[in-house]
Amino acid sequence: MNGSLWSLAKLAWPARGRVLAAAAAGALATGCAIALLGVSGFLLARASEHPGVAALSVAVVAVRGLSLGRGLFRYGERLAAHDVAFRVLAKVRVAIWRRLEALAPAGLPAFHSGDLLTRLVADVDATQDLFIRGITPAIAACLAGSGAVFACAALIGPGGALLAAGLLAGGILVPVACLVTARASARRTASARGMLAATITDLLTGAADLSAFGAVRRAEAAAAAASRSLTRLAARDATAAGLRSGLSTLVAGLTVWGVLLLGVAGAGAGTISKVPLAAATLTALAAFEAVGGLPAAVVALRHAKSSADRIAEVISAPDPVTEPRSSATTPARPVTVSLRDVKVRYVRGGPFVLDGVSLDLKPGRRVALVGPNGAGKSTVAAVLLRFIDLAGGSAVVTGQGAGQAEGAGTALADLRADEARKLAGGCPQDPHLFNATIAENLRIAAPGASDTELAAVIDRVGLSGWIASLPAGLATHLGENGAAASGGQRQRIALARALLADPAILILDEPGTHLDAETRGQLMADLLRAAQGLAVLLISHDLDGLDQMDEVVVLDGGRVVQRGTHAELMAADGWYRRVKLRSAVAAAEFGLQHVHRLEERRALPRSKLVEHPGERLGGTVQPFVEQSLPGGRDPHDGAPPVGGIGAAEHEARPVEIGEHTADGGHREVEPLGQAADGKRPVT
Amino acid sequence: MFGLVATAMILAQAWLLARVLATAATGVGVRVLATVLSALLAAFIIRAAANYGSEVTATRAAAAIKERLRGKLLRRVIERGPVWLGGERAGEITTLAISGLDALDPYFASYLPQLLLASCVPVSVLAAISAVDWLSGLIVVITLPLIPVFGMLIGLSTKAGSSRNWQLLARLSGHFADVTRGLTTLKIFGQAKAQEQIIGQVTEEYRVSVLTSLRVAFLSALVLELAAALATALVAVEVGLRLLYGHLSYSSALFVLLLTPEAFLPLRDAAASFHASSDGMAAASRALAIIDREPTRAAGTSRAPDLRSAVISLEDVSCTYGRGEHVLSGINLAISPGDRITLAGGNGAGKSSLLSLLLKFLAPSGGRVLAGGTNLAAVSAEQWRAQIGWLPQTPALFPCSVRDNIALGRPDASLAEVERAAALAGAAGFIADLPDGYQTVLSERAARLSAGQRQKIALARVFLTNAPLVLLDEPGAHLDQASAAELQDALERLADGRTVVLVTHDLSRFGRIGRLLTVADGRVSEVAREPVAVPL
Repeated sequence: MNGSLWSLAKLAWPARGRVLAAAAAGALATGCAIALLGVSGFLLARASEHPGVAALSVAVVAVRGLSLGRGLFRYGERLAAHDVAFRVLAKVRVAIWRRLEALAPAGLPAFHSGDLLTRLVADVDATQDLFIRGITPAIAACLAGSGAVFACAALIGPGGALLAAGLLAGGILVPVACLVTARASARRTASARGMLAATITDLLTGAADLSAFGAVRRAEAAAAAASRSLTRLAARDATAAGLRSGLSTLVAGLTVWGVLLLGVAGAGAGTISKVPLAAATLTALAAFEAVGGLPAAVVALRHAKSSADRIAEVISAPDPVTEPRSSATTPARPVTVSLRDVKVRYVRGGPFVLDGVSLDLKPGRRVALVGPNGAGKSTVAAVLLRFIDLAGGSAVVTGQGAGQAEGAGTALADLRADEARKLAGGCPQDPHLFNATIAENLRIAAPGASDTELAAVIDRVGLSGWIASLPAGLATHLGENGAAASGGQRQRIALARALLADPAILILDEPGTHLDAETRGQLMADLLRAAQGLAVLLISHDLDGLDQMDEVVVLDGGRVVQRGTHAELMAADGWYRRVKLRSAVAAAEFGLQHVHRLEERRALPRSKLVEHPGERLGGTVQPFVEQSLPGGRDPHDGAPPVGGIGAAEHEARPVEIGEHTADGGHREVEPLGQAADGKRPVT
Repeated sequence: MFGLVATAMILAQAWLLARVLATAATGVGVRVLATVLSALLAAFIIRAAANYGSEVTATRAAAAIKERLRGKLLRRVIERGPVWLGGERAGEITTLAISGLDALDPYFASYLPQLLLASCVPVSVLAAISAVDWLSGLIVVITLPLIPVFGMLIGLSTKAGSSRNWQLLARLSGHFADVTRGLTTLKIFGQAKAQEQIIGQVTEEYRVSVLTSLRVAFLSALVLELAAALATALVAVEVGLRLLYGHLSYSSALFVLLLTPEAFLPLRDAAASFHASSDGMAAASRALAIIDREPTRAAGTSRAPDLRSAVISLEDVSCTYGRGEHVLSGINLAISPGDRITLAGGNGAGKSSLLSLLLKFLAPSGGRVLAGGTNLAAVSAEQWRAQIGWLPQTPALFPCSVRDNIALGRPDASLAEVERAAALAGAAGFIADLPDGYQTVLSERAARLSAGQRQKIALARVFLTNAPLVLLDEPGAHLDQASAAELQDALERLADGRTVVLVTHDLSRFGRIGRLLTVADGRVSEVAREPVAVPL
């Protein structure tokens, strides 16, 4: 057993008694089965000597008892093994949660990819298999096998040794040898499966592009070829599978034959009588049931190892944030948070994601952070939320009342991360709604909030209309991943939740992504109105509606390249004006006011749920610049934003081509159906 | 075949073993028994060989069947077209075609062979037992049917119980995944540490409810084991007693005892592999549901009219999706060669469906689409699409070289042609910076492209096909404004001399093109008929 499996097994240590009990039940069940045949052999052999009924009575009772015991012990073993597996699962989940809690989101690459996270969850669930299919049957096989060997040795001395050798060969040597030889073919198969996954993903997710460009047949042929080569490999693997099965049978047969031969020779020499001969042979014949589960156990251990490795990786990941020995007192509100010359990197010695950023967040002040994707915007949020430590510069909280100089404030790093997050809160880019009711989702921010408080905050974010229209109101279940809410509603629920936590600084990370322009405009106006009086940090890759902000900071490559109000930035030559004008040119030339008015009219029926649509729309339609300017160029290409608040932008920036392909490929390498297995009892 | 051999060997083994044990007891020694012992050895070896053979054949057959099913599934799915495949379905079917069908392995490679054994071994064993000792045969006849009967009864009751529990179980088991996904959110609100205890509690609740249902579920296995063991015990005692009184020979008694468990073993194995194969059967039935579905309509075969001169007209066209919901209704629209049309509208207004109609990805459910007077339904889809350049919202790039990606529509294009198309699309610059230029393979590691670069490669595809009709679906929707601006330059070059239909939800980003139409609630209305000052 190697390190990662061992650390998993250590979590199970408190339950060791139960593991042993389950294994003992399993051993007894198998033992009963073996003894049943052995004692039956004794019974018949003894009976054929016509000794009288009394001489057989013990054997008769034993046979009946053993037959009942076999079924009942097996039943007990299964229940006990599942029971242990779930108990250990609870321990593993809690242990990994403790670690994830410290790491998320900046310290763990998995948090940038939903697929990795899903796999981690599946890995944790897969630890059940380790006990149900791996450890318990292995211990049971050892116990039952040794029992059979002793019995056989007591009856025919050398027969016991032969049986021991046969059991070891059939139960351990054959499966392990097959596993080792299968490793190379497993690697080949894995890459062929990866290829197949890639071609099928291309064919299906790219079906529209392929059809439009007349390339479907080619892609289909590629998938068929990949499928064929996988079949060829499977045919080759069939030989290995056949050998494993054939060899196990052969070893068992040869062992029984050997024991029989020894017995016959002994009988011929007069050293062994009829009864032990029959009992020993039948014991040996049944003994191979003991090791029948071992090949599956070997496979289960191997699968568990790859899961355990990934779990160990999470457990050993370094902390992204160092907690202070003792937390400084949080300055009394109102507070100002000042970032001075902040530098951040995700990897020691790696590039700076933020390289000298300064920012002031004061009550009632609204700051927008804009810039191309990957500029480091979300990392600023991660700093404020204490998801990551600074590599340089300072982040200081100053209580307003004190009226002191900056240096006299409390460094953010001197606050415990939990305390820091009472000051700064907000909505991640893609806020997670839990599979619970709306009220429960809101109360995550304030577990003690009364219904009146919930109603008030719901009203503040403009959701009361929608919620009133729901039959169950606040008790409506949002479903998995908040499926019951639309994109705009999700953002509003997330905002309500953020407001309920009453932060001093409200961070809004790309609240408008995935929404159309009209919904986005309404949402932004509502967000800003609801956040009145708070320090607001709006993160956006989009430049609409920024004239309502007190300061706009343009970030590029981790540095502040421009800052000022919307008007100031429009007056200066730079990234902001270039991008803004470029996109406004079209609208201006087209006289878009007209079109917008038309769109508003059409859109009205759809926004019935919003209380004052007119007012909101009024706030959203941007006065487009009336002049036509030659558009500038900017070297930055954008990608769809990935990740939430604090998500490492340096990770997220480049879109990986064929991400799906790669994922498909990865998944294929892993034991299949783990997630599904994890949710269902293993039988 | 292997089943028959295996059955024969089971009988032979039991008979030979009984013979040896009975004869050896008289102390005749190895030499006298040499023939019988060698025969027994041969039986063991042949049985092992039969196991090998059946395993190999079954595994190979499983692989071949999977390949056939996979091929049929993909064929049928492709026939139904990209619109049907859209959204999450493509992912679902990919999973079904690979890991879903792989779950069939236990079914074909293990369950079916076991089932075969289960249908022939018990009968032959029973016959052999009865021939030697009818009383023991009777015991087996009575106990054997208990297994399927009880198995079924218990199966039924578990089914009822588990469907009652199912929702609860699903929620409890999904809880950990849910909170893990929401960990960042929980952390922001200082609730993450508190979850630790809740996770422990929920898993404990899960354990309790799962064990409750398992207690019933495992009963069927218990019945199986008990029936087999009790039958063996009954036979052993009954045979033993008759042996005691000399009503039966020792050899026959041993033969009967050795065979009795063999009658039950295949049933037990089949039942065990049935559980393992249930996933595969579910996957197979899903695959077959798709495969068995008749193709919706015959593909068109007529020659496609030349779009350089043909007018496309939509006459009272309507479209429905899924549950008969109208996405488009009563659309009348004529697209003449050289037209520039912008279709604007909110999310889900039906713009993309309109493009799908034009691409023949979607057939109208009412009205008709004519091209140069020919009904589009009768036109060969391949010929028709060859005249259309399409820039999708999120273009699919394939893990082959940049050159092959651009040459998707014209695999025979020369490198010079590909380079020219890339230059026109504004992609030449960044392609030159890639490690291997046009030969760079767009795989996960070799090259990472931004959304803007992906769009430009897709645009180069369109340039290369040189199609007379160009459909642009939300170009720049996922780009930041700088990249969108760059893309626009390239689009202007593309529009030159072609018919263009542009779809957008956000006129402030992209939108300055000839006629402006808005799509809302499935209807199209013309806002500005006059071509505006600035051409695309």
